[in-house]
Amino acid sequence: MSSHDPVLVATTPPDDQVRDARTPPKRVEGGVMSKPRGVVVTVIVALLALAWLFPLLWALVNSFREYDYTQANGYLSFGGWTFANYEDAWSRGNFGLHMKNSLLITVPAVLLTLWLSSMVAFVLARFSYRFNLTLLGVFLAANLLPPQALLIPVFRMFREVPLPYFMSDSGSMLNSFWALILVNTAFQLGFCTFVLSNYMKTLPHEIYESAELDGASVWRQYWQLTMPLVRPALAALATLQVTWIYNEFFWATVLIQQGDKLPVTSALNNLRGQFFTDTNLVAAGSIIVALPVLVVFFALQKQFVSGLTLGSTKG
Amino acid sequence: MSHTDEAPQQAAAAAPAQAPPQGREKKLPARDRLTVILMVTIPLLLVLLLVWLPALLSVVLSFGKWNGFGGVDTIEWVGFQNYEDIATIYPPFWPAIQHNLIWLGFLFLFPTLLGILLAVILDREMRGSRIYQTAFYMPVVLSLALIGFIWQLFYSRDQGLINDVFGTQVDWYGDPDINLWAVLVATAWRHTGYIMLIYLAGLKGVDASLREAAAVDGASEVKTFFNVIFPVMRPINMIVVVIVVIESLRAFDLVWVVNKGRNGLELIGALVAQNVVGEATRYGFGSALAVIMMLISSVFITIYLRNVFREERRG
Repeated sequence: MSSHDPVLVATTPPDDQVRDARTPPKRVEGGVMSKPRGVVVTVIVALLALAWLFPLLWALVNSFREYDYTQANGYLSFGGWTFANYEDAWSRGNFGLHMKNSLLITVPAVLLTLWLSSMVAFVLARFSYRFNLTLLGVFLAANLLPPQALLIPVFRMFREVPLPYFMSDSGSMLNSFWALILVNTAFQLGFCTFVLSNYMKTLPHEIYESAELDGASVWRQYWQLTMPLVRPALAALATLQVTWIYNEFFWATVLIQQGDKLPVTSALNNLRGQFFTDTNLVAAGSIIVALPVLVVFFALQKQFVSGLTLGSTKG
Repeated sequence: MSHTDEAPQQAAAAAPAQAPPQGREKKLPARDRLTVILMVTIPLLLVLLLVWLPALLSVVLSFGKWNGFGGVDTIEWVGFQNYEDIATIYPPFWPAIQHNLIWLGFLFLFPTLLGILLAVILDREMRGSRIYQTAFYMPVVLSLALIGFIWQLFYSRDQGLINDVFGTQVDWYGDPDINLWAVLVATAWRHTGYIMLIYLAGLKGVDASLREAAAVDGASEVKTFFNVIFPVMRPINMIVVVIVVIESLRAFDLVWVVNKGRNGLELIGALVAQNVVGEATRYGFGSALAVIMMLISSVFITIYLRNVFREERRG
């Protein structure tokens, strides 16, 4: 969730919740409500849920309406349907390019985050070294620091690091996708390490004993034994990370100053004129930007929810 | 792996899962030891280099005056001058502190409590519970920047829904007396679902027999929640508190897309960014603001980590 989301939701996942990620949750619900009160509560919740959906629906409806029509008849009217806002937003916002930028940042960052954090998590879960808790602390706390607090040194460091022109046409880390990939990865490592190591701790210890008897190296124990077993957790985390890094706004805004390099979330501003804003156009742009994460969300809803709940505590 | 290695390997495998730390480390063959070291140090270096080193440098820079153009040797060390200036002659600072506090109070009083209430209600057997949940947490996958744009459809002075319905002419995002509240409502739209999800996950872990015992004793549902469930949820309650505080401190995206954190929307996070990417680059001054953010967040990071580690040891 942009710079805001990487706040951890977690303490230790109890075994039964880890199992939840694999099999549909079977649980005792919080009890059945008494009839009359149940009806009142249901009605209130249903109304609230409708209110919650309304902003998105409103954006969707008006993204399909002509600006001139809504100006003449007001937004409470009906009619003036068109697809032109989408064509217009796509070309004026240059969304093709920015979507590609987002893809080039998000995919490598998510893969790198999962790979690096799974290695640390494996060591933390598999061995009990004296530094384990300290190490976890270093990663976790990094995840919670406000990114703004690190902005100036990171900005300056990236400006000083030269990159060959085939890697970055600005010639430095600043204004390059590498900067965003690395910064996002560094920030997300804590959360992923924490969730994965907790998940790995629930794996039966015996599998490692027999692996050792077979003479499997530590790397093989990690790559061929552990990684396939933690696939549910990886899937859940990947879903979360895709939405968070795709939505990331702060680092993209401050580290990328060349307009054509911006990821799509930060590029929405292109649709706002200085003195005049076409709301219907903004609506179409918003829907375009929201569409990829909403698709991911609906396709992988189970993973998304278990990702957020994976780290939660039994209390 | 050679044959001579296998005897100690077996001995290690036979030892209980929590083997003495140093013993285990010594028994790893050299190649595996190298693997473990690499698995930990590569991610660790990334976090140290991109999070902890910048954090430290922010502290150092906060004691200097530097416009960032010259080399590091052009920094003029001024002691606590920046902090003094921030508190005395930097007009946006106190409004920013005030706005961050309002942000915190608002998030707690409305979306956080509503999110918890919704979680408690939706945890029950209720027809369509899943659908309601989906409605509430759909905004959670959208970025705050995007949410700023979507809510423009309500807030725009000439084209917004609110003014259309009530026949008013209020510039919700532009008027410095009210834009903070407008932005907070948009934030609440997303925050409620986030808290609901975290709390739902926590409630899942509550032992069902506790609730049954309370029901047998004839306790009412409300009483059961406050006397039985809520105390058991202590770790989750604490996490919710920490999340809300840290999110309020980090808040940035929404105010930045509305007006770059000016004219009624001053927040500390936005002030830091203004001092780096704005017209005037004042690295020392911006760093001092960053350090203030870091100091506040470190209190809550400590609370959070203590919470996590207590669970860790218990597990």
